[in-house]
Order: sequence, then C-alpha cells, then structure tokens
Amino acid sequence: MQYHTPSSFDDAVALAKDAQGVTRFLAGGTDVLVQLRADIVTPDVLIDIKKIAGVSDITREGDGWRIGVAVTGAEMSEHDTLGKEWPGLVEAMDLIGSTQVQGRATLTGNLCNGSPAADSVPAMVAAGVTVTVTGPNGERRVAVEDIPTAPGKTSLEAGELVTAVHIPARGKSGGDAYLRFIPRTEMDIAVVGCGINLRLDGKKIVEARVSLGAVAPTVLLVEEAANAIIGTELDDAALDALAEAASAACNPIDDKRGTVKFRTHVAGVLAKRAAKIAYERAEAAS
Amino acid sequence: MIHVNTKVNGDDVEFLCDPRETLLDALRDKLGLTGAKEGCGTGDCGACSVTMDGRLVCSCLVLGAEADGKEIATVEGMAEGENLHILQEKFIEHAALQCGICTPGILVATKNLLEKHPEPTETQVRYWLAGNLCRCTGYDKIIRAVMETAADLRKAS
Ligand SMILES: Cc1cc2nc3c(=O)[nH]c(=O)nc-3n(C[C@H](O)[C@H](O)[C@H](O)COP(=O)(O)OP(=O)(O)OC[C@H]3O[C@@H](n4cnc5c(N)ncnc54)[C@H](O)[C@@H]3O)c2cc1C
Ligand code: FES
Ligand code: FES
Repeated sequence: MQYHTPSSFDDAVALAKDAQGVTRFLAGGTDVLVQLRADIVTPDVLIDIKKIAGVSDITREGDGWRIGVAVTGAEMSEHDTLGKEWPGLVEAMDLIGSTQVQGRATLTGNLCNGSPAADSVPAMVAAGVTVTVTGPNGERRVAVEDIPTAPGKTSLEAGELVTAVHIPARGKSGGDAYLRFIPRTEMDIAVVGCGINLRLDGKKIVEARVSLGAVAPTVLLVEEAANAIIGTELDDAALDALAEAASAACNPIDDKRGTVKFRTHVAGVLAKRAAKIAYERAEAAS
Repeated sequence: MIHVNTKVNGDDVEFLCDPRETLLDALRDKLGLTGAKEGCGTGDCGACSVTMDGRLVCSCLVLGAEADGKEIATVEGMAEGENLHILQEKFIEHAALQCGICTPGILVATKNLLEKHPEPTETQVRYWLAGNLCRCTGYDKIIRAVMETAADLRKAS
C-alpha cells in the first residue's frame, strides 16, 4: 500500500488519477481503517487529505457554511453557532460512534463510504447540503442525495474527490431534526434514520424536505412525504399522511437488526417525531 | 517504510513503519509502550485510547504514519515518576478495575474528559465512556472513581 499526503487538492486529484488498483482517500479513517484491518478493502493507494490547507475549517459562506472535508464530528459539536442554526445536522453527526470516533469521523467520509445507514446523510439531504467534487475535469457541485448510488458505491468518478461541503443559509423560521432507531442507546448502526428540515410562514409549513436512511439501498429523499406536510400546520391528519408516505417509500432489507415490516413501520413513526421537533425548532426561530 | 517523527508523552521520538501499520502497533511494537491495548482493533472497545494533539482517539484506527508531527499522550505519561495521577489513585481506591485490560484506555479517556469538562454529570461521564468497554466491573466503580476525582480536583483548585 502506498500512502500519500498531498498538500493541495490538485495534487490529490493527480495522485488519484494516476493511481493503479484500489484507491481510497483517508479522512478520519474510521471506515477505511476498519475495512483495512478486517481485510475487506486493502487499498493499493491511500491518499490522506488532512495535510491540505483549509480542510479543517468551518467557515461562513454567504449566510450558509462551508465545512472542510477533514472537519470532525467533535469540531462540529464544539462550534458555537453551527449547531444553533442546524441542530438536526449537528446531532446526526454527533450520533456517530463514541467520543473516540467523534474525534476523527467526518461528514464527507460518512457520505463517501456509501452506507445506506450513514447517520449524517439523511440530515444533510434534508438540509439541502451540496458538495464540491473536484477531479481531472475540474469542479462540479453535486447534491448530497446524488452521491451514493448503491451500498458502498458513489457517483464519484476515478480521480474525483469531495473538496468541500456546503450547508445552505438557515434563513428565517426554519428548523431541522434527525432521529434514528437503534436497539441500544449508543454505538450502534441505524435500523432506520429520518431527517426532516422545514420552514414556516406563521404556523403553516411552506417548505419541507424529508429523508430516510437504512430503509433502501441508498439514503432517500422522499418528496411525497414532504408534500404531505407542506401547506399544513402539522395537525394529526398531516402527521398521519407523512407517516404513510414515509413508510410507502421504504424498500428495506430483512436482517437480525430489523425486519422489513418493523423498519417500514418505524420509518413512519420516526418521521412524525422528527417533524414535530423540526416544527418546534422552526417556531422557536420565528 | 515511512519515517515518522512524533512526540509521545512529551518526548521526541522517531520510528519507521509500514504504511498499513496502526499507531497502536507502532506504540506497542516500535516504542515499547504497551499500556494501550488491542481489544478489538475496530474502534469498538476503547482499550487502545490515546490522545493525539489533545483529541481522544482509538489508536487502532490511526495509522502510525498519521502520527507524524503530532503530539501523542498515552497512559504511560499519566504518573509522574512514582507519583500516580489522582485518577489512578481513585481507581485503586474504588477498585475500579479487575483484569485491567480496559483500564489504560479508560484512564486516558477520563483524564481527557476532565480536562474538557471539569464538572461532568454522571450521564455525561457514561456517554463519554460509551466507547470504552469493560467486561469486569459493571462500570459503576469506574463512574464513582471519576466523579470523586472531579469533585476532589474542584476542591483543590
Ligand atoms: C466504533 C464505530 C462506530 C461507528 N458508528 C457509526 C454510526 O453510529 N453511524 C454512522 O453513520 N457511522 C458510524 N461509523 C462509521 C464511520 O465512523 C462514519 O462513516 C464516519 O463518518 C466516516 O468518516 P471518516 O472521516 O472516518 O471516513 P474515512 O474512513 O476516512 O473514509 C470513508 C470513505 O470515504 C472516502 N472519502 C473520505 N474522504 C473523501 C473525500 N474527500 N472525497 C471522496 N471520498 C472520500 C474514503 O475513500 C472511504 O471510502 C462507526 C465507525 C466505528 C469505527
Ligand atoms: S482496540 Fe481500538 S477500539 Fe478496540
Ligand atoms: S477491568 Fe477487566 S475489562 Fe475492565
């Protein structure tokens, strides 16, 4: 295995483009090293992106945020304003692993590992987060929901990597939330995850995005579920319609951690609960 | 082989390692620091906990090569000569260990907790240690020892 520490994204792209064999980028390594040690994936070329300038910065971008690709979960939680604007997103990232894992794990790694159960991904999809993808042909901006294509697979082409994460401006009267179901209280993989982001005008929901994790081969953006609550004041009928649409979107696996029936049902339950939290947060921000 | 220059418990050290070698292996096999243990090798148990630039990490999930230019702290750096760190004393007093496999990791993790949060609640301590498994004590004695250390440190300052 070759190990590289490029000092610029251009160098990282050049290394990745010319790499022979299995190539991985190294952010926090909490997926890469587990897979390496378990002999699941032994990269031929490992490109550590942490020595590139600016990758650990959380900075304002207009009224939104730019998150460097090596920013850790711990750094996001410790930030004094990010979590006030996007509590759901920061809490979703904070759910990942232990204190030790939080000291290393990144949003980008969670996204590019391609797990359908990745906790930060439904929260990012709900928030409308986009990433900059840089490769041999330059840069492109991609919505988070368009990165994963199948378990462990992404739409990134050879030589491409994510070079920044962009969180939109929070704006007025908005709120987000992410909830997951796990059989334990900590240190477990989501059986179902649900991220919801919405905006109010008075008491009425005028914008919403609903995303589900761990119920399909990739994280889902569920428009029908968002439509079920847009234009409502999140009354019981709207909540029931939301739950029904969320459950209808599920195409989960059956395993020891949750049956198809269970996952499908829990998706609806979590959607209701997450919507209520997002709504309360939006009201508090009005 | 990669040539790594790093600082461990305040001392400048260097070692050569294979790119696949973890920091845990480098500490144990290259530097003779066997305090950090390998329980699982996959980030689940915390027996390999160390700090890197003040941040608590699993050394089994860090490459030796990544330690270049960093400051590492392990359980070996806690006592000053013959004088144990107050956390170590409290762990003995409360019998917060039996086999001791988890203890170096838990000591490093709780020292880091108390540096960041001098007044933790019991819930906070328990969540902080969610990634440090102990199969012997049932955790309660560990929590008591940490809470009492925190109280004593507050009194002393
Ligand atoms: C004990 C433990 C508990 C965990 N618990 C959870 C959990 O509760 N929820 C959860 O979702 N995950 C969990 N994980 C998985 C993991 O911690 C997360 O997926 C984490 O966010 C990965 O981030 P990283 O920076 O460590 O990624 P890395 O391991 O560095 O990289 C992961 C993947 O992303 C790619 N990559 C990294 N950076 C880039 C880039 N800039 N451009 C393109 N590709 C890139 C790598 O090539 C690799 O394929 C856990 C892991 C451990 C060890
Ligand atoms: S050996 Fe590192 S967490 Fe278990
Ligand atoms: S004392 Fe034996 S595992 Fe904790």
